[in-house]
Amino acid sequence: MATLAQLGALILKELLALIKEPSSRIILFAPALMQALLFGYGATYDLKHVPYAVLDQSRSAASVELLARLDGSGVFEREATLTSSRQIAAQIDGGKVLMAISIPADFQDRLAAGQTAPLQLILDGRNSSTATAASGYVATIVADYNASLAGGGQSVAIERRAWYNPNLESRWLLMPGLIAALSMVQTLLISALSVAREREQGTFDQLLVTPLTPMLILIGKALPAILVGLLQSSIIFLIIRFWFQIPMNGSVALLYLGLLSFNIAVVGVGLSISALSTSMQQAMLYTFLLIMPLMLLSGLLTPVRNMPEPLQIATYANPLRFGMSIVRSVYLEGAGLAEIGLEFIPLLALAMVTLPLAAWLFRNRMY
Amino acid sequence: MNAGFLRRFSALLRKEVRQMLRDRSTMTVGLLLPAALILLFGYGLSFDVKNAPVAVVMEDSSPMAREIVDGLQGSSYLSPVWSTNMVDAEARIRAGAVDGIVRIPPDFSRRLAAGDAHVQLLLNGANTTLAQAVEAYVGGALASSMLKQADRSGSDREGMQPGTSSIEVVQRIWFNEAGNSTWYLVPGLLVLVLTLIGAFLTSLLIAREWERGTLESLFVTPAHPTELVLAKLVPYLAIGAIDLLLCLLAARFLFDVPMRGSLWVIVCISMLYLSVSLLLGLLISGLTRNQFLASQVALVTSFMPAMMLSGFVFDLRNVPLAVQAVSHVLPATHFMGLIKTLFLAGNDWPGIARSSIILSGYALLLTLAARRTLRKTLD
Repeated sequence: MATLAQLGALILKELLALIKEPSSRIILFAPALMQALLFGYGATYDLKHVPYAVLDQSRSAASVELLARLDGSGVFEREATLTSSRQIAAQIDGGKVLMAISIPADFQDRLAAGQTAPLQLILDGRNSSTATAASGYVATIVADYNASLAGGGQSVAIERRAWYNPNLESRWLLMPGLIAALSMVQTLLISALSVAREREQGTFDQLLVTPLTPMLILIGKALPAILVGLLQSSIIFLIIRFWFQIPMNGSVALLYLGLLSFNIAVVGVGLSISALSTSMQQAMLYTFLLIMPLMLLSGLLTPVRNMPEPLQIATYANPLRFGMSIVRSVYLEGAGLAEIGLEFIPLLALAMVTLPLAAWLFRNRMY
Repeated sequence: MNAGFLRRFSALLRKEVRQMLRDRSTMTVGLLLPAALILLFGYGLSFDVKNAPVAVVMEDSSPMAREIVDGLQGSSYLSPVWSTNMVDAEARIRAGAVDGIVRIPPDFSRRLAAGDAHVQLLLNGANTTLAQAVEAYVGGALASSMLKQADRSGSDREGMQPGTSSIEVVQRIWFNEAGNSTWYLVPGLLVLVLTLIGAFLTSLLIAREWERGTLESLFVTPAHPTELVLAKLVPYLAIGAIDLLLCLLAARFLFDVPMRGSLWVIVCISMLYLSVSLLLGLLISGLTRNQFLASQVALVTSFMPAMMLSGFVFDLRNVPLAVQAVSHVLPATHFMGLIKTLFLAGNDWPGIARSSIILSGYALLLTLAARRTLRKTLD
C-alpha cells in the first residue's frame, strides 16, 4: 500500500514536470494536431493534376479525338500547345509541365492504313513515381482508344475490386500509419529525456536514495510517457476518423491494445537510451540517431517487402514496424486478434528486454 | 576594433570546438547518422515492386483461359500462386500472403467467344501503392497474352482480319531514363541530412548555455552577439561540410546517381542551405532557452516537414493549395526542387538564381532574428 502511494507520488511528479509550463503543454499536443492535418493533405501519392504540353504535328481528327480523351479525363491539364519539338525542353526543364506528348505528322494516315502509329511521350523523371503514374494514365487512355479503334472483337475487361480501400486512395494507407509514427517521435523523446534530465540536474541521485526500487522508478518514469503517447495517438485517430472520414473497420479496443503494446516498447527503448546517457544532449542526439532509421524501415513510406533481406530481418527490432502494421490492419482491414496476434510478439519481446535493461542501468551506470 | 574581433572570435571558436569534441555524442550523430542514412536510403527504400504474390483462381479450365493466365507467369513483377477456390484465395489475401486475386469465372471462354469476357481482379487496397502496381502489371500481362491470341486467331482466319490499327506509346523519361526511384531519393537525402545536422545539433547549443547559466557569464565578457552566433555556427558548418562530402561521394560512386549540374553550384547551394538550417536551429535555441523544448520545436518545424512536405517523396503537385503555401514557406522545399534539378537535369540558371535569392533571404532574416535572441539582457 505504501509503495503504491509512493509510486503515485512519483507519477504525479513526472506528469507535473511534463505539463507545468504552458509552452511544454502546447508542444505535447499542438504538433500532433498540426502535423496530422498538414500531412493528411500533403502526404499523397495520388496524381490528380498532370500539366502537359502537346506538340500535334498531325492536326487530324484522330489526334484531336485522342487529346480530347486526355483532356476529358480530369487529370490531364493542357498547359501549352507547342509548334516545334525544340520548345519541349524549356517546358519540362522549368517544371512547367510534367510531360509532353508529341504526335507525328503521319499519325492519321498510319491509323487509316491499319498500321501502328507511334505516340511519343516525354516525361519529367525527377520524381520517378509521379512520372510512372502519369505514364500509366496515358497508357490506359490509349488502350481505351485502341479498343475503340478495333471496334469490339475479342476483348477481356478487367473488373477491379479493391478491398478495404475501394478507390485506392493513398491517404487511406498513410494516415493510419501516422497514428503510430507521429506519436512515436515525441514519446521516444520524452522518455529518453526523463532520466537524462534528472541526471544532468543531479536530482536522479536523490531519487535513487528514496525507498523506491528501480522497478518502481521505472514504472513511474514509463507511465507518463505512455500516457502522452496514447493521447497523441488518440488526437491523430480522431482527426483521421472524423476530419478525413476514413472508415474504421476494426475494433477500437484492439486498436488501443495494439497502441498500448507499441507505446510500452517505444518507452522501453527511450528509457534505455535515457539510462545510458549522461546529459540531456546525449539522450536527444541518440534518440535522433534512432528515429530516422525507425521511420524509414517501418514501412511508412515504402513497403518492408521491397527491402533487401538483411534489412527486413533488422526490422524485427523496430517497434514502429509492428505498431504501424497492427494499426493499419485493425483500422483498414478490420483484422481480429487471431490475424494479428503474432505481430504483438516482437513488441512484447522488445519491451521485455528494454524495460529491465533500463531498470538495471539506473543503478549500475553511475557517474 | 578588427583585431579585437578576431581575438574574441578565435577564443570563442576554440571554446565551441572543444565543447563539441569533448562530447562524443555530437560527433557520433554528426558523422555516423549521415553515413547510416545514406546506406539505409540507398538500399532500404525502394518503390519498385518486384514479385508481388497474386492468387489465381481458375473456375474455367479451358485451354483458352489457361493461355491467358500463363501470361501472368511471364511477368517478373508478379508471382502467381494457384488457388483452387475463392474461399481459399480470400483467406490468403486476409492473411497478407497475397496482394491480389485474379479470378477467371466459369463462363470465361464462352463469353470470350461472344467478345465480352471478364476477369475479376480483387486487390488488397490497404496498401495502395502495391495495389496499384499489381493492377497495372496484371492488366499489362493479360493484355499482352490477349494480343498473342489475337495474332494467332488472326492467322487462322487469314484474309478475314484487317490489319489492326493501333496507337503505340513510345515513352521516354527524361532525367531518369530507367525510372529508378533511388535517383530521386538520394538527392533528397542530401536535404534531409543537412536539415537534420543543422537544425537539430544547433538547436541545443544556446538553450544549453541558458539552462546552465553560462550564457550570463558570457554577457559580462566584451564578446558581441554576432561573434557569439558566428563562433557557434562555424564548427557545425564544418561537420555539415563533411556530411555533404559523404553524401556526394555516396551519390556518385555508391548509387551512380548522375550529377548533370556543375559540382560547384551543388556545393555552394548546399552550404547556403546548411547555413540556413544551422541559423534556424540557433534561433529556436535562443527563443526557447530550454533544451527539451528546443529539440521538440526543431523536430516539428524542420525535420518532419522536410521529410513530408518538401517534395521529397510526395509530389507537391498533388497537394491542395493551402498545404502548398505552407510547403513554400519551408526553406527545404526550395532547396529540394533545385537539388533534384541539379543532380538529374543540369544547371537551370533561372531556378538557381531564384532559390539562391530565397535561401539568402532566409539566412539574412534568421541571422538578424538569432542575434536579437542573444541580446545581452537578462529577464
